[in-house]
Amino acid sequence: MAEIDRSLIGQWGPEGRMCIERGKVAEFAKAVKDDNAAFTRSETPPAPPTFLMTLAHWMGSLGETRQGINLDYRRLLHGEQEFEYVRPIRAGDVLTFRSRTKDAYQKEGKRGGTMTFVLGETEFTNQRGEVVAYMRNTLIETADAVKG
Amino acid sequence: MTWTFDDVHEGQELPPFVVENLTRTDLVRYAGASGDFNPIHHDEDFAKAAGNPTVFGHGMLTAGFLAKCLTDAVGVENLRRYKVRFATRVWPGDRITCAGRVVKKYEADGERRIDGEVTATRQTGETAVTGTFTAALPSRG
Repeated sequence: MAEIDRSLIGQWGPEGRMCIERGKVAEFAKAVKDDNAAFTRSETPPAPPTFLMTLAHWMGSLGETRQGINLDYRRLLHGEQEFEYVRPIRAGDVLTFRSRTKDAYQKEGKRGGTMTFVLGETEFTNQRGEVVAYMRNTLIETADAVKG
Repeated sequence: MTWTFDDVHEGQELPPFVVENLTRTDLVRYAGASGDFNPIHHDEDFAKAAGNPTVFGHGMLTAGFLAKCLTDAVGVENLRRYKVRFATRVWPGDRITCAGRVVKKYEADGERRIDGEVTATRQTGETAVTGTFTAALPSRG
């Protein structure tokens, strides 16, 4: 069962740095089968809508985005993912990101055991100090397996 | 051509986008592009040991297909919000149909906006991913 340190809920974790690269934008667009020429013809293409997922390449560990929560990744489900786009993100931008756990709660599973719900938020700021996006997700650690 | 605010109406459907045959190569390509190397999406032995018949697609890969369907209509930099919920998994060999529609047309914060919903559906009829969005559209001309 996940352990929750209430004192860390709402606290921002360490900052990280993420460079938006033209080649990476083209690679990502191809991976999601998006043939929009905007991603390849421009020297400063826009980031595809879900491109901020590539944050994974720039993080030390996933735990950096889960302040105060110790989750069992073998029983983890991705419930929801949300992106709020505040300003355009384009190749050449250098983003600073930081994450926090907005809320975490537990409830009993229908078949016994405890389910843990974690609402996380990551904020992205560009090289001009402007907030460009927020990424939010809901993770669910499923209940312990029923014995027998 | 992306939509203008004047041209859309509530209930209008997004042109569908279909992924005819999801392959294991698609999953590996997305793993590399996104950095999500959870082995359950590319390692057959690992996926089976975890009780699955084979590897299955990243939820965010399907969300990426849906985003392509969406931004082909509204434009990449016009998107203001995009939220997805994962319902059922997708598997190699699946045919995934991305579709959606405009739910509401309005003005807010000095922008002309639309809200809508999108859905990715497997060939079985099962819903894989549902989503909602907000976009700000330019005026005609």
